[in-house]
Amino acid sequence: MGYPHKPHEREAVVLSKYFGDPEAATLDGWKKRGGYAALQKALGMSPPEIVSIVKDSGLRGRGGAGFPTGVKWSFMKLDDGKPHYLCCNADESEPGTFKDREIMRWTPHGLIEGCAIGAYAIGAETCYIYIRGEFTDPLERVEAALKEAYAAGILGANAMGTGKTINIYIHRGAGAYICGEETALMNSIEGRRGNPRIKPPFPAVSGVFGQPTTINNVETLAAVPHILNNGADWYKKFGRPDNPKSPGTKLFSVCGNVQRPGNYEVPLGFPFKDFLYDLCGGPKPGRRFKAIIPGGISVPIQTLDEAEASFMDYEGFVEQGTMLGSGGVIVIDDAQNLVKQIARAARFFAHESCAQCTQCREGTSWTTRILERIVAGDGSSEDLDTLLEIADNMTGKTICVLSDSCAVPVVSGIHKFRGDFEALIKKKTVHMVPAVA
Amino acid sequence: MGGVDAPADTSHGTHAESYTPVFVGPRREQLDAVLTRYPTKRAGLLPALWMVQETRGWISEEGMAEVAQVLELTPAYVKGVVTFYTMYHQHPVGKYFIQVCTTSPCAVCGAEGVRDAFLRHTGCEELGVTSDDGRFTVIEVECLGACGFATPVMINERFLESVTPENVPDILAGLA
Repeated sequence: MGYPHKPHEREAVVLSKYFGDPEAATLDGWKKRGGYAALQKALGMSPPEIVSIVKDSGLRGRGGAGFPTGVKWSFMKLDDGKPHYLCCNADESEPGTFKDREIMRWTPHGLIEGCAIGAYAIGAETCYIYIRGEFTDPLERVEAALKEAYAAGILGANAMGTGKTINIYIHRGAGAYICGEETALMNSIEGRRGNPRIKPPFPAVSGVFGQPTTINNVETLAAVPHILNNGADWYKKFGRPDNPKSPGTKLFSVCGNVQRPGNYEVPLGFPFKDFLYDLCGGPKPGRRFKAIIPGGISVPIQTLDEAEASFMDYEGFVEQGTMLGSGGVIVIDDAQNLVKQIARAARFFAHESCAQCTQCREGTSWTTRILERIVAGDGSSEDLDTLLEIADNMTGKTICVLSDSCAVPVVSGIHKFRGDFEALIKKKTVHMVPAVA
Repeated sequence: MGGVDAPADTSHGTHAESYTPVFVGPRREQLDAVLTRYPTKRAGLLPALWMVQETRGWISEEGMAEVAQVLELTPAYVKGVVTFYTMYHQHPVGKYFIQVCTTSPCAVCGAEGVRDAFLRHTGCEELGVTSDDGRFTVIEVECLGACGFATPVMINERFLESVTPENVPDILAGLA
């Protein structure tokens, strides 16, 4: 229920333990809660030792792709003589997702600690935290925390008195969803338009300023100090016993037509049905859930049956026709016009397309126009096939996946809720028949 | 992608006589400090543009030319970047710049009603058009990243949560 809220007894609060506790945002408060012990410990270890613990923990990227973090870190060649960079992706803009915002607001030092450990582990002396421009409150909190950390000698040329250099800087975005895509993010740091780059080369080879770079999400980096403090085995205990591929806790942001929206931290593999009805309180009085988008608007829409059968981890959601994504759960009830919401999602992507790939620039825009025409009652029976054909042309054919992401709600919507589209189209046909006769 | 590398030619930065440079005194020092964080001058572009907007309220052609001169870029390159990012204002906006999130998660919670209430109570006739008294500009914004607190609204740098059409008049009354 909004924020701060008392955690539900079935939550596993690790990252969110101090959400709502203003003292935890200060350096003294963070230290009192055990803060910076993990960084101290890390700086006494060798970078490969840290990478190996993170690898062993099974931590996977929490931004959406779910790539194993330790493996990503191991791509950085420590002895190449080049400057390395860590970029923390705090450009949280995936509709339905608002977890990184809370990490930055309530535990900025936890993020800084994770960034510092990550930077050291990949041989980087510089980390940029790329915060979206609209996040004024998180910006202020992280900035204040950085100031404290520098003043206390935790960061800088002699980090924690170890003689190692760790600098962390904020880079403020200026309004562009696409800058959450890792190569666009790097371009934006370099002072360029936020157009994604063609891969390869991958960031670990040639990233920001042409140097080896690792990009990690806020939630991923914030989990690292906990793993170093408690060990990989402790982290692996969270999760479904029969699915060792998805260990750990995960923050899920819940929004839309639900009794108790907000952030919930649960062990991965938690039953989605219990989550929706028990933790989030179920639908509003007199309503039923109609459709659920569990991982931010870029993942396929689930029917209620699929959602209720899902386990909340990377594999569990795939088994039920969707993806974990960023963990932004969008709940849509039976009072909504689903097609209108899909059209709104398409409009979002059309607005946010960087426009360098034709399939995306044209596809997002035409998809939006056709969907809005259907919603306005001017749809025709061929429109659904046209939409699917456009979607096919938008999938797997562009530099980044924004184009694919726009196709996803359209394709899953038409396949799973075809009746909703047809009803809108039919309404018009019925209306037209007498006029023709 | 945004253009070719600029020659170190500073002749681009000729300003209209009325233009007062932003990057003098403390602002210049602030920018120089920011530039130490990056290996290239170009990387200072987003921060520099923010400074111009904070100082002037928007980024004029002359402002872009000044940034270009300071960072050794061309004005065309700077404009290419300014036009990519939605938060940089290329025109003056109202004293209170109001951004209402209407992306799907907020739309299912009634964000369109909040948007309409802002339009109605500010006297703005349409989205993006500043009110006659110059006080308000209302726009729709894509996902503000606070979907659980629908409807989030930004008024200048202030971030409001859980705004409903009913509390719009009070919010506006609270603005000086």
